[in-house]
Amino acid sequence: MLKYSVKRILLAIVTIFIIAAITFFAMNAIPGGPFAKEKAPEPRVQAVLEARYGLNKPVGEQFIMYLTNLLRGDFGVSLKTGREISQTISTSFSVSATLGAMAIVVALVFGLLLGSIAALMRGKWPDRTIIFFTILFVSVPSFILATLLLLIFSHGLGWFQVWSVTETNYTLPVIALALYPMSYITRLTKSSMLDVLGQDYIRTARAKGVREQLVIAKHALRNALIPVITYVGPLTAYILTGSLVVETVFGIGGLGTHFVSAINNRDYPLVMGTTIFLATLMVIMTLVSDLLYKAIDPKITFD
Amino acid sequence: MSDYHPDQIPQKKPFSLQLDVSKFEPATAAEKEQHDIMRESTTFFKDGMRRLFKNPLAVLSIVILVLLIITIVVAPMVVPYGYSEVIRVNGQRDRSVTNLRPFTYSQLEQQAIDEGQQVFPHIFGTDELGRDYFIRVVFGARVSLAVGFFASMIVLVIGLLYGSISGYVGGKTDIAMMRIVDVIYSLPDTLMVIMLSVVLDQVLGDSLKGTILASIGNNMLSLFVVFGVLYWVGMARLVRGQILSIKNNEYVLAARALGAGAGRIIRKHILPNCMSVIFISAALQIPSAIFTESFLSFIGLGVQAPMPSLGSLANLARGGMQVYPYKMLFPALGICLIVLSFNLLGDGLRDAFDPKLRR
Amino acid sequence: MSQPLLQVKNLHTMFPTESGEVRAVNGINFSLERGKVLGIVGESGSGKSVTAYSILRILDNPGRITQGEILFEETDITKLPRNQMRQIRGSKISIIFQDPMTSLNPVYTVGNQLMEAIRLHTSRNRQQAQERALEMLELVGVNEPKKRLKQYPYQLSGGMRQRVMIAMALACEPDILIADEPTTALDVTIQAQILELMQELKNKLGMAIIMITHDLGVIAEMCDEIIVMYAGRVCERGTADEIFYNPRHEYTKGLLRSIPKMTTTKERLTPIGGSPVDLLNMPKGCAFAARCDRAMKICLTEQPEEIEINPDHRAACWVNVKEGALAQGGQNNG
Repeated sequence: MLKYSVKRILLAIVTIFIIAAITFFAMNAIPGGPFAKEKAPEPRVQAVLEARYGLNKPVGEQFIMYLTNLLRGDFGVSLKTGREISQTISTSFSVSATLGAMAIVVALVFGLLLGSIAALMRGKWPDRTIIFFTILFVSVPSFILATLLLLIFSHGLGWFQVWSVTETNYTLPVIALALYPMSYITRLTKSSMLDVLGQDYIRTARAKGVREQLVIAKHALRNALIPVITYVGPLTAYILTGSLVVETVFGIGGLGTHFVSAINNRDYPLVMGTTIFLATLMVIMTLVSDLLYKAIDPKITFD
Repeated sequence: MSDYHPDQIPQKKPFSLQLDVSKFEPATAAEKEQHDIMRESTTFFKDGMRRLFKNPLAVLSIVILVLLIITIVVAPMVVPYGYSEVIRVNGQRDRSVTNLRPFTYSQLEQQAIDEGQQVFPHIFGTDELGRDYFIRVVFGARVSLAVGFFASMIVLVIGLLYGSISGYVGGKTDIAMMRIVDVIYSLPDTLMVIMLSVVLDQVLGDSLKGTILASIGNNMLSLFVVFGVLYWVGMARLVRGQILSIKNNEYVLAARALGAGAGRIIRKHILPNCMSVIFISAALQIPSAIFTESFLSFIGLGVQAPMPSLGSLANLARGGMQVYPYKMLFPALGICLIVLSFNLLGDGLRDAFDPKLRR
Repeated sequence: MSQPLLQVKNLHTMFPTESGEVRAVNGINFSLERGKVLGIVGESGSGKSVTAYSILRILDNPGRITQGEILFEETDITKLPRNQMRQIRGSKISIIFQDPMTSLNPVYTVGNQLMEAIRLHTSRNRQQAQERALEMLELVGVNEPKKRLKQYPYQLSGGMRQRVMIAMALACEPDILIADEPTTALDVTIQAQILELMQELKNKLGMAIIMITHDLGVIAEMCDEIIVMYAGRVCERGTADEIFYNPRHEYTKGLLRSIPKMTTTKERLTPIGGSPVDLLNMPKGCAFAARCDRAMKICLTEQPEEIEINPDHRAACWVNVKEGALAQGGQNNG
């Protein structure tokens, strides 16, 4: 277990380093580089940039400088506003994190529930209905879903206020964000549950005289959950990228909205900083879910 | 055996039987063979296809996809408007032709009709620049499907080459190649796609002007590059796994013992045996590519105007959503139908060909 | 004579599937006395395991019993309500399965699973249940039982796990232990140990055993009676001696020919030709006819019934009828 953890953590560190490298050098391939002077309108911003990134030095040195800055939590400054990117992240990420955490919980709870129901009632109408809707939900791009929800329930029926500083109702954004991963988890749980229900140890439990509800709750569910744990990493990644779209559609001023407008404004340092921040978060969540998987599943021998 | 009770088990003493001697003649081989009713033997593929066509949703999705493909092939031949063409009536521009509702005509068009001229109806209306919306959606569907198709082809080719080399050669090469795959696999793909698209968009810049690639557009090209760089790893893993499981089969060993070369063994023995799985998963790349394209369109990195894609059309329509909801509806329905059909088909194929579900 | 402990009468079990009904068990009869060992032999797909699962009513979906009775202590358990049936499972009738590697739940400790069985059917509290579990592990010869209780199944070898399964099955002192190919998945040396253990426990605890196997040789010396099954029917039954030295069904003879013997080294093993019958399309007449060297016209059309060869032996084969008649005919003539 220890050896595996060390290996896995090293891979995560390497991955984060590679992401930083790709991001930095890709941005440097842009004619004029990401910190090009003509793109920074104000002389004040220019001066800050020169000092911070060592723009006169060779690219390799610039990269090392950039990395050390990152390690100190310094993501640089925005080209457009001259504001500290770390400050932008720290102020806007809390909204995104709240939204994302809610969506993750909703997706997991309903996904597990619906998936188990589908597996236990395999071939009957609840199973068919659930599976039909999961296929439907994974076929709608999130910005269309978000727009439709906004149009129908906010503008049309008026059940939910449009998002503003005073009106922060998370219901619609959470639904828009959670439906896709929920559907995925439902399907994952169903197939995992079916797999487990066909295992010999389930027959053993029945042969012992364990009551059917307990066979499911004690013997099947816990085993069926194990593969779902590995999805927590990708789930986080999906939620974080999905929130770019959902925040923009609903006008929520989270990190996602800032990221999308940075892309449209070609504010490269902000794109870079946000990419590295989000990517690191995703890599860490994948790491956590992998380690959790190893810790929970005693079937895997620790070698 | 005193446990047995006469009333439980029917008793017959042979000595009390009247025998029909003819029945006790030995049976001929032919008679025995006839007796041994065997189930109709089918190949794995035939059996799977039979199962697939028994699945109503899968059949429905095939029908929808075929209808869609016919539409996007035939419609541009029938509809007299171009996707980037602002509608003119008898060579005259008409201000009232913008934002028409489905099946309505502009003032000039109405005049022309009244004068007895034929005007082809605007099935989905027109957009804000006065272009026929139906043909734009049709071209959007073409672009989206083409993006999906080429992206999955790129994934297929690279994944197949990489995976089969890695799986076939094995040993240290395999380990090294798979480490690279592991690293790429652990990159957050969507973020990398966004970043590479931003960069490529700028890097390619004007350098494509005048080449054939220019017609595809920077963003599309960067989308393909991104797919070529990032998305092949899943396919490579699948191919490698398939090859490893087939490689050690007796018939492959036999072929090798007979002196067949590596290329021949891969082509003749290994690929035919894993093709169905590989093609199914390549086909399932299409909806994911369509999704990625629509996502990039949304954040402003999709195909370039005036070329439409379903994603960019839907995104553009978000602006006037409350006034012209149908403009959102048509491309959105298009994406959903295409992706839904592929997903249903993929599900059907998996169910039909999954040996675990066979009885 | 007292009533037997378990009586299976005309049991039919089938699995409805998309392609049709798979008729796994087609009218079998047997009975089991207290403390006796019954062997059920047959190749895979002959319905041995399905018979066992039918008795416990733990058939995999969508399998069900369509006809017949299973009398346990004179109660028809096929008609018992679910919760009463549950009380029989694991306490009156227990089962151990073929593959100990997959039969224990990987996410719970051995102790947890043992104690679950004990606490379900007895009024022991946690502490007492743990003591009992420990006692059972000792009984089945698991070394370091205290340590084992806290271990997960993956930390145990195959032989150990099967011992744990046996301990679990016997923890509530059942009247009947069904052993569904208990040694098939184990190494040969371990096989012998497990069989020896079962014999020993039978003598100690006095339960009846139904021993299911595809390998006649394995169970011969343990069994008071052996049933040979083919295509969900009984083709021959009798004492081990009778089945071994005086087989009267062509299928049994085939089975015996395919077992290596220690005494004759030169003899070639003869496999039974053809493939097992398709349970979706059961033929008329004797199911084995198509593979039988001595098949007669009647075998293809009429199903043979069990005929008494001698008080210890019955077989369902038309050849016996023919030979019986010929013998009688000979007597009459002479």
